Amino acid sequence: MSSSKNNVDYAAFPSKEGHFGRYGGRFVSETLIFALDELEQAFLRLRKDPAFQAEFDRDLAHYVGRPSPLYHAERWSREVGGAQIYLKREDLNHTGAHKVNNTVGQALLAKYMGKKRVIAETGAGQHGVASATVAARLGMSCQVFMGEEDIQRQALNVYRMKLLGAEVVSVKSGSRTLKDAMNEAMRVWVTDVDDTFYIIGTAAGPHPYPMLVRDFQSVIGREARQQCLDSTGKLPDALVACVGGGSNAIGLFHPFLQDEGVEMYGVEAGGHGLATGQHAAPLSDGRPGVLHGNRTYLMQDDNGQISHTHSVSAGLDYPGVGPEHSWLKDIGRAQYVTIDDEEALTAFRKLTLTEGIMPALESSHAVAYAEKLAATMSPEQTIVVNLSGRGDKDIHTVAGIDGIGID
Amino acid sequence: MSRLSSLFTTLAEQGRKALVPYIVAGDPDPRYTVTLMHELVAAGADIIELGIPFSDPMAEGPVIQLAHERALAHNTSLNQALDMVAEFRREDSKTPIVLMGYTNPVERMGYETFARQASDSGVDGLLTVDMPPEEAAEISALMKAVGLDNIFLLAPTSSEQRIAKVSALATGYLYCVSLKGVTGAGHLDVDSVRAQLALIKKHSTLPVTVGFGIKDGASAAALAPLCEGVVVGSALVDRFANWDHEADAAPQIAQAVALIKEIREAVDGAPTN
Ligand SMILES: Cc1ncc(COP(=O)(O)O)c(C=O)c1O
Repeated sequence: MSSSKNNVDYAAFPSKEGHFGRYGGRFVSETLIFALDELEQAFLRLRKDPAFQAEFDRDLAHYVGRPSPLYHAERWSREVGGAQIYLKREDLNHTGAHKVNNTVGQALLAKYMGKKRVIAETGAGQHGVASATVAARLGMSCQVFMGEEDIQRQALNVYRMKLLGAEVVSVKSGSRTLKDAMNEAMRVWVTDVDDTFYIIGTAAGPHPYPMLVRDFQSVIGREARQQCLDSTGKLPDALVACVGGGSNAIGLFHPFLQDEGVEMYGVEAGGHGLATGQHAAPLSDGRPGVLHGNRTYLMQDDNGQISHTHSVSAGLDYPGVGPEHSWLKDIGRAQYVTIDDEEALTAFRKLTLTEGIMPALESSHAVAYAEKLAATMSPEQTIVVNLSGRGDKDIHTVAGIDGIGID
Repeated sequence: MSRLSSLFTTLAEQGRKALVPYIVAGDPDPRYTVTLMHELVAAGADIIELGIPFSDPMAEGPVIQLAHERALAHNTSLNQALDMVAEFRREDSKTPIVLMGYTNPVERMGYETFARQASDSGVDGLLTVDMPPEEAAEISALMKAVGLDNIFLLAPTSSEQRIAKVSALATGYLYCVSLKGVTGAGHLDVDSVRAQLALIKKHSTLPVTVGFGIKDGASAAALAPLCEGVVVGSALVDRFANWDHEADAAPQIAQAVALIKEIREAVDGAPTN
């Protein structure tokens, strides 16, 4: 395994206009430009504000429960018989996934900006739950947009959001999944742009979202880097994270980008297999284009229409990806691979049985790839896998696949 | 002079306002789009904004979203829209056609190919909803080289500084979005549009059309005196929502186009100022 040496100053990206190479930018209708300007200015000011940072750190420690452990999965590593596998336990965060790091950060921005209402899109429901959670805590009203199809397959999270006082809006347009929920959230934002804060759930969307989501999620990689040094005395040889929109992956990767010896693998949803076209792997089998405010790799047809996607995990079922990943792919700093539905389900069961840790189906994609990768490496080497969320929300889906009704 | 500039010059001389209907190419049925365009002109349209169907029309309200879905169900995309313009041009060399859509289909075709083919088909301008001037330098240059106008939006949220910046890049006309919201929204406020137009006029001598929220003769007549043209989208497109594919097309087209006739009369009858 060799790492590309390209002397890039990763901290200098995105550019002032929000570009990562040719990707990113700000492709939105004119009405939203002022809101994005306002958000960008607030973020650039507040990220240097000690009071804001202290409040964010305090919330991460006492509300989210950080730092999350870096757990050496010894039994699993032994069974695989290759590299030592460490799990970054984002599943132990309050609300059960990495998503909350970002929602705590954005809700704090909303509070400092004086916004009274937040809106969010959600696929698996994890980001919706994390948004409803922080809104409840700050006493803000919260509306979550969710595709009709996802509402059906993530019923538990829908109810959680309602218990938290959020209104869940069923989106019936287009493919009725995450991308359409995002379209609808943008439409509502355009209408109520003065008093509403849009909490985007992944490192995508128009500038400054990919940058600010990355910065809020980078706590994952900063902690993991230090924890690795503390427990193994060296940096890891490889990082593995699943990629939906790319927020847990960029959160883990970013603090390591300058460390040339550290390989990075982003795992996309292979669905029924790349050859079938029924997957959600734009970096592996898509082409650059423009959707949801940024230029990035997309699943699309020859006419530029966005394709329907498929993944067993709702959180990866998205035809685009954060622009920084598109750039990291093109310059060769990170590799992007796929794991199909079946492999992910196998990994879900495997980790549950060998370590007593039930991963989210999204994270199961990273688990499955880590196992393949570890087998090709030696026992002195280490891999850090981002266990982005816990599998409770997916028990219903897995039971359904097993033919067991648990209603 | 471009078709758009000469149209606005003529209208100004006559003291008239441009009436700009918006339809989506291929909605309700690609076989009738060109016929519909001719009928709109006969009913009093000065410019036609032809929507390029897109799977994710982020700035549209429910009525126009459904129109995009109907068009896509008939496999109408950018290529077909360009063919329709070419066919329209065989009988009408005068009425300007502006394509209105989203970045991705244009980017997928390639900016250079798009500019050449659009110009060859007889298109006059492009309005890309999700491509603000900051991202438009490359396509604008290619369009300019073949004489196509690049039309930009100005919103109620556009600062004066931004109005100046957008105006400097725009050609053809400026499209003033009358409200914060998606197409078809119902909360048009004439006084705030008046203030917004005053600000735009301070920075640009380009003609300004106003769109979003114009649904009938009365709303069009209220706005027309303040600007150079009015755009009618959702109210027209909504007339295709219950299209009967089994029934005769002609009366259904006539019923839709009647709205444009009504608005034409209201606009022409409105006092000038
Ligand atoms: C547990 C978990 N992991 C990963 C993802 C994918 O998102 P991202 O790629 O932004 O991390 C989701 C999205 O819902 C999720 O819930």
